[in-house]
Amino acid sequence: MTTEAGTETEVKEKAEESVAKPDQSEKATEENQEVANAEGEEKEKEKEKEGKGIGRYLPTWLKKQKSQSQTSPTKEVPPTEEADSKVPQEEDEPAPEVNGHAEEVEEKEEVKEKEAESHSTASADTEPAKEEKVEESAEKRPEETRVTAEEDGAEEQKKEQQQQQEEVGGEEEGGGGGGKEGESESKTSIFQSPLRLVRKTKMKLMVCHVTLLEGTDFSCEVEKRAKGQFLFFKVCEHLNLMEKDYFGLSYKDSHEQTCWLDPTKEIKRQIRNNNWQFAFNVKFYPPDPSLLTEDITRYLLCLQLREDVASGRLPCSFVTHALLGSYTLQAEFGDHEPDQPRPLDNVGQLTFAPNQNKEMEEKILELHKSHRGMTPAQADVQFLENAKKLSMYGVDLHHAKDSEGVDIMLGVCANGLLVYKDRLRINRFAWPKILKISYKRNNFYIKIRPGETEQFESTVGFKLQNHRSAKRLWKTSVENHSFFRLTVPEQPTKARFLTLGSKFRYSGRTQAQSRTASSLIDRPAPNFERTSSKRISRSLDGAPRISITEATSENGREPHLELHSDSKSPMRVHGDNIYVRHSNLMLEDHDKTQEDVLKHQASISQLKRSFMEAPPPSPPQPNQWENRLTSSPATIRIQQQQQVECVPQAEAAAAAAAADNDATSDTKEPAKTTEVEIEETVVVQEVSIAPKPGLVTVTTSSPAEPPAEQETLEQEVTVEKEAVVAEEVKAAKQESVSSESESEEEAEYHPNVSICHTQIPEEEEEEEEEVKMAEQDATAPDAPSLPAEVSRPVEATTREGEESRNEDAEEQEEEEQEVEKNAEGEKKAERETKESTDDPTMTPVEAPNGHAEPEESETGTGAPEEEEEPKVNGEASLFEAEHRPQVICCSEPPVVKTEMVTISDTFAAQKTEIATKEVPIVHTETKTITYEAAQLDGNGDGEPGVLMTAQTITSESLCTTTTTHITKTLKGGLSETRIEKRIVITGDCDIDHDQALAQAIKEAKEQHPDMSVTRVVVHKETELAEEED
Amino acid sequence: MAGLMSGFHYTHAVVRGIPASLAKEALRSSQSEVDLAKALKEHEAYVEVLGTTLGLEVVELPADESLPDCVFVEDAAVVCGDTALITRPGAESRRRETEAMSRALKDLNLNIVEMTDENATLDGGDVLFTGREFFVGLSKRTNQRGAEILADAFKDYAVSTVPVLEGLHLKSFCSMGGPGLIVIGSSEPAQKALKIMQQMSDHRYDKLTVPDDYAANCIYMNLPNKGHVLLHPTAEQFPESAKVFEKLKDYMLIPVSNLEKVKVDGALTCCSILINKKANV
Repeated sequence: MTTEAGTETEVKEKAEESVAKPDQSEKATEENQEVANAEGEEKEKEKEKEGKGIGRYLPTWLKKQKSQSQTSPTKEVPPTEEADSKVPQEEDEPAPEVNGHAEEVEEKEEVKEKEAESHSTASADTEPAKEEKVEESAEKRPEETRVTAEEDGAEEQKKEQQQQQEEVGGEEEGGGGGGKEGESESKTSIFQSPLRLVRKTKMKLMVCHVTLLEGTDFSCEVEKRAKGQFLFFKVCEHLNLMEKDYFGLSYKDSHEQTCWLDPTKEIKRQIRNNNWQFAFNVKFYPPDPSLLTEDITRYLLCLQLREDVASGRLPCSFVTHALLGSYTLQAEFGDHEPDQPRPLDNVGQLTFAPNQNKEMEEKILELHKSHRGMTPAQADVQFLENAKKLSMYGVDLHHAKDSEGVDIMLGVCANGLLVYKDRLRINRFAWPKILKISYKRNNFYIKIRPGETEQFESTVGFKLQNHRSAKRLWKTSVENHSFFRLTVPEQPTKARFLTLGSKFRYSGRTQAQSRTASSLIDRPAPNFERTSSKRISRSLDGAPRISITEATSENGREPHLELHSDSKSPMRVHGDNIYVRHSNLMLEDHDKTQEDVLKHQASISQLKRSFMEAPPPSPPQPNQWENRLTSSPATIRIQQQQQVECVPQAEAAAAAAAADNDATSDTKEPAKTTEVEIEETVVVQEVSIAPKPGLVTVTTSSPAEPPAEQETLEQEVTVEKEAVVAEEVKAAKQESVSSESESEEEAEYHPNVSICHTQIPEEEEEEEEEVKMAEQDATAPDAPSLPAEVSRPVEATTREGEESRNEDAEEQEEEEQEVEKNAEGEKKAERETKESTDDPTMTPVEAPNGHAEPEESETGTGAPEEEEEPKVNGEASLFEAEHRPQVICCSEPPVVKTEMVTISDTFAAQKTEIATKEVPIVHTETKTITYEAAQLDGNGDGEPGVLMTAQTITSESLCTTTTTHITKTLKGGLSETRIEKRIVITGDCDIDHDQALAQAIKEAKEQHPDMSVTRVVVHKETELAEEED
Repeated sequence: MAGLMSGFHYTHAVVRGIPASLAKEALRSSQSEVDLAKALKEHEAYVEVLGTTLGLEVVELPADESLPDCVFVEDAAVVCGDTALITRPGAESRRRETEAMSRALKDLNLNIVEMTDENATLDGGDVLFTGREFFVGLSKRTNQRGAEILADAFKDYAVSTVPVLEGLHLKSFCSMGGPGLIVIGSSEPAQKALKIMQQMSDHRYDKLTVPDDYAANCIYMNLPNKGHVLLHPTAEQFPESAKVFEKLKDYMLIPVSNLEKVKVDGALTCCSILINKKANV
């Protein structure tokens, strides 16, 4: 509806435009050909203005309305909306992208626009003057700027600007609806663009300088507290780019490291200095660029790759350098002209390769001749077809060291993680193989799904230069995983929970979403000027839009004419949405894309369906699921992560550490080993916990599977307390703290493919997150005991109960983190208990499958879980989270109010996953971080203050770690405090988990008499050699 | 103009004669007597297949008596596209084999890259080119440094290393049997190596498992007018494995006898270097 309306309007306008200025366009075209850059741009502007013709006489409000109407629908249908809103815009401004300057001006003047609105003075072409003024004004204060604008009295432009502005706003909103919504945006009323708001508030404006892929600089003003997204959209707007999900803005941090600007966070808080300098870059290299919908997107990708190749970042052979260079020539300069006096002059000025020489240039020219007749768009396609096959295409390299301190490189790409040593690939971890990604300090860990012959996961650690680089690598990995492997990004956990570490997640659209959105793009191919065109004022860009036939046959040769015709071609039929695509090529690609996407989605949904439909928790099923997944790499695995939303209750989770009775010796040994290895950060070694003394460390080179490992089941006891009154309870640990370990510097991410949520516990990079949770984990050894444990008296707090079980314990990230830290620090043997699934169930499930996957374990857990799980997959995590608790087997403690639902998602989610081993990290230090944020910040993290304490007590045979999180929430005027305690007990000897639980509950009660225990969750992680084998 | 990744279309083959010294002096992993006359005959037939049956332009280098293993030309160079990497064979006695090879390849207008690093060793028999990437076996004859240099020479492609725990070379138990198809022996080390390769690769490979490791060494080509061509060991030599090859549909299957050369660890691929001159852009 909206769409149609918009379209019609556009069509009309277009028609009018074309009538009004046919001559001009031609003229402009001809002139353009020979004019130098600057001149060309000016002309373009003029053209634009003239083109506006009719629009000029339209009352301002009319135009405004139009844009508004477009905006409002946006919210409801984000993806579609974007496309819609853009279309009209383009039509209004025939060639907005063409001249960078004009746009800049507009953007800068946006502020002024509003005031200018009221005046309707026709303005002569004052462009040059205006431009200058604008530039000046940019540096002045906003107020001054406005004045300037008014003086100019260039109404036309102002109008345009307004529209643009509004569209920008609309788009932003749309994007927000798509999932990355910032708070500020959501606050923004439909009819007001963010900018306006800003103005009312008299926000400070900052000038951002963005280096575009062409090497030119784009500057614009943004509100000082604007989020990354805002600037990014502005840049995309400027570039007329719709398939923007592959791109991002980068900046240099204080250590000269290049970082990606997080769209969901305020710019100011990220750059941490006053240097508002950014670069527009490709962030995710599409594995198959031919699936991109628009030529302009491919063009930008080409620009990035040219740079990558020329700088040596993307290594390639001589021949490939030459071939790519020749396509660049064809795209930029068109056909080779034999009579051109000195063709090499052109070539010499361009950089194609790091070690470019005469020989290469000759080769490039030679190849260039063979591309005769190829349109720029086609040349781009060919360029990309070759570039994408390069082995390092899209691989983001990070320096790291293996356990022995040997330098290696870790490459993050669409398919997973690659490990290089001196240009040689020595290992590879495809996303499906990776269960968890985490980092702790300067270590980066990935937990690997067991192979067919393996029973347990292993964790591989790498050492990075410092904590920052570890985090950067982690973030990149999380983002790449999300983008390429998930169908829907995970929702950030709303931070009531105990989140240790950062909650960073990929906030944008996934590739799948992007493709879907792209397929909906409904606009004529935008014109864009190529670098050379600017330089030489000759634009060869494919005009192919006009008709397919023409495009193919003529594009290459008579680009100029086509170009113009494109911009004005009244190809649209009234009332119809039909337009002709640029070229045959494009058509094919487009079709392909959709097909693929559909197929892809179909297969996913099929998987999901079958998975969900499968009988609930029978152990074998999980296996099937897994098998399917494993068997066909292509298939996407859907894992469910559950996020439990915390109700405003305080949760105290007491977990009894799992103790191994029989298996104790065996189990523990492995655990220790594991830890040790982790500490060492063995690169490319697989750490596995073997039933026997051992972890088997397998060298990377040989992907041999580690012997069967025994996994420990963990049971966590979570006690939830509800506090009606807002109390700040600081986690007081009464136990003697031998060492407290907190993870500030770690983050974990569980890549679950299908699930929207991956929980990524990060370090608290941003201390804005405040979640306090007190958790006590008691790891209870026996799986069956879970229910029993739950039912225990609240008062008795049991801290230690350990039993050994075989299970692939899935861990919740957070829990794991904590546990790991604590445990590691003190005792080596800890299987972190993180998640408790029904032990019994889990065990069977896992056992059957050679490759037990965490996910499966979840499934196996219980019927209830499964039901919920499906939901999880399909939907946002919150709901799912709630269900999870069941999975966890939390029953209600007798005394305590039990809310099953309340179980924290984090745990549940992680439980789903089976983490047998955790990254062994030894933290001996005790850190107590108290961060309190009264409310959610406008920033990406809207998390309440978090207070966390962790204590670890080590006795002869037992290690007890207690972590407390306190979360305060304001709900409808009531502030609630939830305390979650997690106690992890690890020991060699038998642990009476019942006692431990009782003790934990008792303590909790004593500590917070005014609170009630609402939930107890016990995770047991035990390793039983017997069961497994 | 061929872009990247055009594989298995060959126009030329470089082979070398068998010196009389092969019978006694050629390196071998097992003690066995080589019947020189039979070996010569075998080789003749081999060259005939390449030249006559398949129509490749065969460049035959003369045998060198001082180089008993010189018939196994594969180890002396790795050719991909228009680049030829002259190797530094792991066996000291074979180092000089590269000289003649280098000259011959230069004459074919290939870009020659020499492996000069004295710490590097590489036998072409350890290099498996799948059409999309390289796997280099780290064996007794090939070391990490050699693999690095190969990676440097062929920058377009991923080069992954695979430990060769048993057998002489990586290709002693595997080879390409088609685009995306790896012929692999059924022994445990072979299967293990395959797993590694599959794990290391971004691409999907199908496998064709044959009972005998040695039978997994075949020569695959995709020739105009002939389609899929596979030179494989004879049924006489490996009856069980031959049955597996028979299952390949739409293939031009050419059994090639290799009874004698196998005694000195010579497999089918060892005796030629295949080149696609037209691939040169």
